[in-house]
Amino acid sequence: MLLRQQQCSNFSSNQTGKCGVYKISKTRWRPLPPGSLQTAETFATGSWDNEENYVSLWSIGDFGNLDSDGGFEGDHQLLCSIKHHGDVMDLQFFDQERIVAASSTGCVTVFLHHPNNRTLSVSQQWTAAHYHTGPGSPSCSNAPCTGIVCNNPEIVTVGEDGRINLFRADHKEAVRTIDNADSSTLHAVTFLRTPEILTVNSIGQLKIWDFRQQGNEPTQILSLTGDRVPLHCVDRHPNQQHVVATGGQDGMLSIWDVRQGTMPVSLLKAHEAEMWEVHFHPSNPDHLFTCSEDGSLWHWDASTDGPEKSSLFHQGGRNSTFLSHSISNQANVHQSLISSWLSTDPAKDRIEITSLLPNRTLSVNSLDVLGPCLVCGTDAEAIYVTRQLFS
Amino acid sequence: MEEFDGEPTVTWIPGVNSQKKQMCFDWGPGEMLVCETSFNKKEKPQMVASCPFIHIIRKDIDVYSKILRKLFNESHGIFVGLQRIEEELTGKSRKAQLVRVSKNYRSVIRACMEEMHQFAVADKDSASGRQFSSQVSILSAMELIWNLCEILFIEVAPAGPLLLYLLDWVRLHVCEVDNLSADVLGSENPSKHESFWSLVTTLVLQGRLDEARQMLSKEADANPASAGMCRVLGDLMRTMPVLSPGNTQTLTELELRWQHWHEECERHLQDGTFASSPRLESLCKVLLGDDAALLEQKELLSNWYHFLVTRLLYSQPTVKPMDLHLYAQSSLDLFLGGESSPEPLDNILMAAFEFDIHQVIKECSIALSNWWFVAHLTDLLDHCKLLQSHNLYFGSNMREFLLLEYASGLFAHHSLWQLGVDYCDHCPELGRVSLELHIERIPLTTEQKALKVLRVCEQRQMTEQVRSICKILAMKAVRNNRLGSALSWSIRAKDAAFATLVSDRFLRDYCERGCFSDLDLIDNLGPAMMLSDRLTFLGKYREFHRLYGEKRFVDAASLLLSLMTSQIAPRSFWMTLLTDALPLLEQKQVIFSAEQTYELLRCLEDLTSGKPLCGEPDAQQLQDDDIETTKVEMLRLALARNLARSIIKEGSLEGS
Repeated sequence: MLLRQQQCSNFSSNQTGKCGVYKISKTRWRPLPPGSLQTAETFATGSWDNEENYVSLWSIGDFGNLDSDGGFEGDHQLLCSIKHHGDVMDLQFFDQERIVAASSTGCVTVFLHHPNNRTLSVSQQWTAAHYHTGPGSPSCSNAPCTGIVCNNPEIVTVGEDGRINLFRADHKEAVRTIDNADSSTLHAVTFLRTPEILTVNSIGQLKIWDFRQQGNEPTQILSLTGDRVPLHCVDRHPNQQHVVATGGQDGMLSIWDVRQGTMPVSLLKAHEAEMWEVHFHPSNPDHLFTCSEDGSLWHWDASTDGPEKSSLFHQGGRNSTFLSHSISNQANVHQSLISSWLSTDPAKDRIEITSLLPNRTLSVNSLDVLGPCLVCGTDAEAIYVTRQLFS
Repeated sequence: MEEFDGEPTVTWIPGVNSQKKQMCFDWGPGEMLVCETSFNKKEKPQMVASCPFIHIIRKDIDVYSKILRKLFNESHGIFVGLQRIEEELTGKSRKAQLVRVSKNYRSVIRACMEEMHQFAVADKDSASGRQFSSQVSILSAMELIWNLCEILFIEVAPAGPLLLYLLDWVRLHVCEVDNLSADVLGSENPSKHESFWSLVTTLVLQGRLDEARQMLSKEADANPASAGMCRVLGDLMRTMPVLSPGNTQTLTELELRWQHWHEECERHLQDGTFASSPRLESLCKVLLGDDAALLEQKELLSNWYHFLVTRLLYSQPTVKPMDLHLYAQSSLDLFLGGESSPEPLDNILMAAFEFDIHQVIKECSIALSNWWFVAHLTDLLDHCKLLQSHNLYFGSNMREFLLLEYASGLFAHHSLWQLGVDYCDHCPELGRVSLELHIERIPLTTEQKALKVLRVCEQRQMTEQVRSICKILAMKAVRNNRLGSALSWSIRAKDAAFATLVSDRFLRDYCERGCFSDLDLIDNLGPAMMLSDRLTFLGKYREFHRLYGEKRFVDAASLLLSLMTSQIAPRSFWMTLLTDALPLLEQKQVIFSAEQTYELLRCLEDLTSGKPLCGEPDAQQLQDDDIETTKVEMLRLALARNLARSIIKEGSLEGS
């Protein structure tokens, strides 16, 4: 179980008077250097819906004597924070030092972390990356940027204006812009295979775009049938690039195989309200994590190894119900290549679900997993960290 | 109406001169707007430099404190948990639960207090630092009051244990002694420390007799002359009968033993055992609960309620709850000694000692600058079933009134509004209407925020508010030229009129540009298409284009015709539809049957004959008419030719 962490437990000298914790819209682990054996120790948060919003960096490292009140193991400390204009709509680490933030003002900002003097500064900014043009807006009014995905050196952003931008870290202007890529709001974006990206929108569609192609038409559209339930988040399987998970407004988790069909492989009944984020575990992709507006945070375990392990996760969890399976037999695909998320035999593959937060109240807006560590942020202005996901 | 309990406070608005200018104001749910008007009593309209601002006046200013946000967020969780406490729980377990909730609230207050204290120490000299320390004292008073209410109303301690609770209460809030003790014990020669005797006295005053005895033994070691006296006094302290929680002795037994002990102390004083040491003698007088001796220690007691508790400890250890207020009143009078008048905090505590809950809440409401305290305390006391009989002449009852006042403060805050929702949910009578009023007024800056507000409304079946929020978003989208978004929002709101309006915009754009935008949406309308006739038409018309594009001409043709004959297509659009029929009529093979061609002809005639004659046509209109006439001519020609071909074809087919 996660422990409620003490908020704002420490204030560095340049931070007096600022709490740094507001309603958290995004939490992200800083990536580890390649080949490193360390565990995660630094994460970034973004706040929303406040008069002044902040992007902050925190450390869960051992602070020894700094931790005066002898708090919990894993107590996190504020390293530094910087004011952010508008709500932080999305946040991604570009590399070890740089963080890209999407703003409700349509601005995309790259922040640079100077670890030595514990500060953040703006290193690059694309103001008005997302904007509306219309009779009601005098010249052009800003549209919130809703999602970012980074793949050094490229940054792709999507927004409420249905626009897709491709930026490069060293370029002042967008390298490529697809205007009117979507008639409704784009909620999230992820890389499929470079240079292909996948977006989800507010009418329940997944669209695949190929930057090699000119024009503003997607190469493929996949959609939920009928109800056009908005999709809010998307994540791609780290090893199998055709497997994609999305979360919708009705709290449903959908697993898609983008190679075939235009419909999800499985729909899993999950949360009672909007699913805000879904993440495959980066190194252990049989595990998946979701969080929701209903204040819950779930761990989905589709690994089939060892019943004694799953019994550990079973407490407080429940079995999922498979609502539909639309995929036909895949006899030609070698069995071992099929991801456990795509298999269609509900009797064979049970998914164990564990709820990770004890008493839910307000929305859990964001989560991130790295190694054995998980961080999530809520509208109750709290950040929860656990360092023993699989213990 | 009840009369005012005090003069209403005057709030000065900076920059506004109410002497010279007329003011106007408007109430909002949680705040008030005030501005100057240009209205002038004198006849000549003179332009005096005026204040160009509209001021927002808020009543619950503590809501805006950055550190107190933690208090609001954490206590929200406790509040929600309290509402879930099972009604069936009765007796002991229920009481234990409620006491635990009360302690949770207090620990949140203390956590905030400590944090605030750190800030106050960090910048001691600045204005904000002073503000922090005044906040600390307010929080500490809040905790003091809450703790007393917990002992008297929730714990409902009976005679005997009551005093133990009160002692804990005093020890918790007069805590300088711990620092002092560490200071003295840390010095090289404790008994020579300048504060040694005040430390010993304070320990005795707080009933911490074991610690006091240890101190006395230090004095005895350092000063052999007084060793004997110290030992006697130490023995008196050791033998004082006290109620221990695990003990089964009855109150009568305790009273009896205590009486013996008291007489022994008395005897030592009479015998002059401590005559040679005025300090030890005064300590002995304290043990006897002598008022005069206690009042000599006014400095160390620091306040009247400490005096009260010490006095009870050494004169009435088995005080009954019902008698508390007598001692409280006399202690207050003795302590203040007519030199100063009681302050708000004194009145609140006195009201608590009198078991007058309503007076406590009323005084707190007046004295404190936030609704947090009274709202949560009243709610907790209500769960203890202590407030049932009390109804107000406004609102529904006191609990609801205070909770809603607090919630409206939260709703006025740009970020804490989400907390307010749960408070409204737990007000059965007026919570719903209050929520409806507030939720509509939350600014919807992004769709994400709008979705959160919508979720709140949808969970509570607030259809009216859902409609209005969707409509606002649809309007915004139209203004931003995001027709697809606008259509999705009006479908979500099931707003037929707006869907018609957006469909018209789509059709107009089509006429201007000759192609459809937002195909991803229009092609996937599904059953939502039935929301309005115009939307159905839009969807079907697009379907016609798709069929045409796929070269399924016969299907396309019959769809096109049915759009007109079923009256789904707006009349203004018929000309476009007929023009769309032209290429079908010109195809090599016959597509429209003779019957269909007749129908088309009828539509064309309907359209041309129904046209009213306008007055003087201008040049532009003449030119338009010219184009129109040409179109009609072309259509007639094409229709006639198609009719001929179809008759031949149908005739020859039948003949063969």
